[in-house]
Amino acid sequence: MKRYSAFAIAREALRYHTGWERAWTSPEPKRHYDVIIIGAGGHGLATAYYLGKNYGITNVAVLEKGWLGGGNTGRNTTIIRSNYLQDPSAAIYEKARALYEDLSQDLNYNLMFSPRGVMMLAQTHHEVRGYKRTAHANALQGVKTEWISPQRVKELVPIINIDGPRYPVLGALWQERGGTARHDAVAWGYARACSRMGMHIIQKCEVTGIRREGGKVAGVDTTKGPIDCNKLGLVVAGHSGVLAQMAGFRLPVESVALQALVSEPIKPCMDVVVMANTVHGYMSQSDKGEMVIGGGADGFNNYTQRGSFHHIEETVRALIETFPIISRLKMLRQWGGIVDMTGDRSPILSKTPVENIFINCGWGTGGFKSIPGSGWGFAQLMATGDSPLCRAFSLDRFKEGRFIDESVAAGVAH
Amino acid sequence: MLILQCPYCGIDAEETELAPGGEAHLKRHGPGSSDEDFHDYLFARENPRGVHFERWRHANGCGKWFHAARDTATLEVFGTYPAQTTEPPKEIRDAITARRPGWRWREFS
Repeated sequence: MKRYSAFAIAREALRYHTGWERAWTSPEPKRHYDVIIIGAGGHGLATAYYLGKNYGITNVAVLEKGWLGGGNTGRNTTIIRSNYLQDPSAAIYEKARALYEDLSQDLNYNLMFSPRGVMMLAQTHHEVRGYKRTAHANALQGVKTEWISPQRVKELVPIINIDGPRYPVLGALWQERGGTARHDAVAWGYARACSRMGMHIIQKCEVTGIRREGGKVAGVDTTKGPIDCNKLGLVVAGHSGVLAQMAGFRLPVESVALQALVSEPIKPCMDVVVMANTVHGYMSQSDKGEMVIGGGADGFNNYTQRGSFHHIEETVRALIETFPIISRLKMLRQWGGIVDMTGDRSPILSKTPVENIFINCGWGTGGFKSIPGSGWGFAQLMATGDSPLCRAFSLDRFKEGRFIDESVAAGVAH
Repeated sequence: MLILQCPYCGIDAEETELAPGGEAHLKRHGPGSSDEDFHDYLFARENPRGVHFERWRHANGCGKWFHAARDTATLEVFGTYPAQTTEPPKEIRDAITARRPGWRWREFS
C-alpha cells in the first residue's frame, strides 16, 4: 500500500489522480483467525492495530455488521480530553490523548487532531470545588490541567456570557492540549493501517452466534458463515448486551440514546471546546463553521439511535443562556447514538466468564476520546492476559466493590 | 415521543411527565443472599434489544410507580400495568405474543 505524502499528491496530480488505491481491502472471511474483533468502530480497529503493531499478531479479522465507523465513532462530538478525577481513568484517557498527539504520523493518515483546548465551566459553587479538586488530582497524575478565572474564560471565549443571572461562570477547568479530531478519519486511519498489516476488515457481516467448547470460545457464526478463532474481542458499545447474551453471560450495562446536533455554519467565533455540565450542554465549532452541540442522555433503554426531542430542547435552552449569540442560529441536523452505560459510568476492559473472550464496552458517553488508549490497553490484555491500563476496569469490580466513580466527569457530557 | 398510559390515573402521559426507573421485576436480594445473587440484583441487567419490562413513575402526575412493556428496538409500547405484582399479567404477555411470537424475557416468556 502506498504512503500518503506531499510527494504522492504531486505524483497523482500529474496523472489525473488515477493512482489512488482503496484505503483498505474488503476480503471474504477465512475459515480461521487467531483473533476476531467484533465491531469495526474506533475501539475495535484500534485494538486490532495495536495487536499487530505492539504484539505482532496480524492474523486478525475485524467483523462489522454495518459499515466501518458507522456506529458511535461517526456519531460523537469528537471531543478529546483527559481531565478525570480518578487515577485509572486519568491513566487511560491521558494515554489516549497523548497517542492522539502524533497518531496522524503513526497511521500516515490525517486525523485533523486539533488540540485547541477544552474548558469545563464551573457554574455552581459545588463545581468550583469539584474542578479545583480535579485540577489538583490531575497535577499528581501528570495530566496538565489548570483552574482558570472567569476573566480568563472570557478572554479565551469572547462570546460567552460570564455573568448570566442563573448560572454565572465562576471559573473553569482548562486543559490546553485537549481538543477535537476528525472522528471518521480515526476509524479510517486505523482501518487502513490494519489492512496494510494484512488484517481482514469484513463489513456487512453480522455475528449471529458465539460458539463455545468446554468453557472456551471456539468461533462465531456470522451472516457470511462460521469463522473459528482462538481469541475473541467484543467491542460493540451499545450492542454489548446482545453479544454477551450470545456468549452466555450478563453485563452491568444498559443501552440508552445520546444525542447531538449541529447548527448551520457560521464564521469562526469560538476556537476552544466548552462544556457546561451544570446545564447539560457542550459546544465546539467545527472546521466547517457549524456549532457542534451535545447534551444529556435519555434515561430509558433504547436501541433505535433516536432520542427524545425534549433533551435537545433542554440542552439548547441551557446553552443559549451562556452563549446568547447562538439564540438565532438554525440547527441543521440532529442524530442519536446508542451508548452503553455501566453502574459506575466507567468502562469495562476485561476478561469474561468465557475463556478467551474479552470485552471492551461501557464507555458510555465518552468513548471517542479514549480510542487510542483503549485499543492500546485492550490489545495488551488480549495478547498477554494482563494490562496495567485495564486492570482497574475489570468486570469483577462491581462484585468486589471497586467502583471507579467518575459520574461527575463522565455521567453528563463528553 | 414516548407516550405511556398511567394505569392508576388513566392519563396518557408523555415522556416529560414520566421518570424512567430501569428494569422491572428484579428479585430483591439482601442480607443472607449469595454474593452472586446480590451482584446480579444490583448490577446485572437484561438490556435486551427487543421486548423489555421496565419501571416508570408518573412523576409530574399522580406520582405513582407503574410497569411498562416496551420494545427497545422499535419503541412500540405493548401495555402498562400496576406495580403491585412480581410478574407481568397475562394480558400483557398475550399482547406481546401477538406482536412478537416467540419473544423471550427471563422466565416470563
